[in-house]
Amino acid sequence: MACFLVPTTEAVVITVATHVINNHEKKAAARPRAERRLEGRHNGPAIPWSRKLSWLSEMLWGGSLLLAFEHLWHGEIVPWFPFLTAASDPASTAEMLQEMGSVGVLMALIVTGAWGVMTVAAEDIARRDGETAPAAE
Amino acid sequence: MTLLLTVLAAVYATVWWYTRRDDTMHLGALCLMLWGASLMWLADAIFEYAELGADYFTPALEDMANDAFLGLSVIALALVVWLVIVLVRDSRGTIRKMLTRKK
Repeated sequence: MACFLVPTTEAVVITVATHVINNHEKKAAARPRAERRLEGRHNGPAIPWSRKLSWLSEMLWGGSLLLAFEHLWHGEIVPWFPFLTAASDPASTAEMLQEMGSVGVLMALIVTGAWGVMTVAAEDIARRDGETAPAAE
Repeated sequence: MTLLLTVLAAVYATVWWYTRRDDTMHLGALCLMLWGASLMWLADAIFEYAELGADYFTPALEDMANDAFLGLSVIALALVVWLVIVLVRDSRGTIRKMLTRKK
């Protein structure tokens, strides 16, 4: 019905977080090395967090887009207001919200969980080789 | 069927990405997009399986054909989005060179 809206919302949050963390990392990288060493931050992650988060962001945006297409295919999304056919009457809206809370949340959890595993593996590979892994993007 | 086709496309794209030496074709973006969709449809499949049980694995022929058509359309859309990413990012500079070339 509208389960893809949950991962889409997560995608928006992750995209904003990626930009904020990216700016923070750029500022930190611009500071002298000695200053960073004094703060004990010389031993950071092999792959920057902004890059890791961009993988999650791409998975969420890409997946949500393809799922939105599927909903359009099944007539659950329409190009006119209120855009979601389930939002036209209260009974369908309640069902839609229930689906978002179950299927939608599970979608977001599975994607985030897979990203977590991928991140740990990529960090491990990058540390093993002593250089940044040639991971996606 | 949609899940199956998307997973197959994601596996193929990942193998293609892994065997390439550079990422000027932004295959990583295609992989992540297809894996994201596959995992989301997996969540959908889990709920459908919980509801239908073993019947989930014996769909009607008409439903299967429609799902296969949808799966192929989804892959086509993913490829179009990926192509737009490749052209907009223009990592090889092909479009930039073409546009700035003097006659």
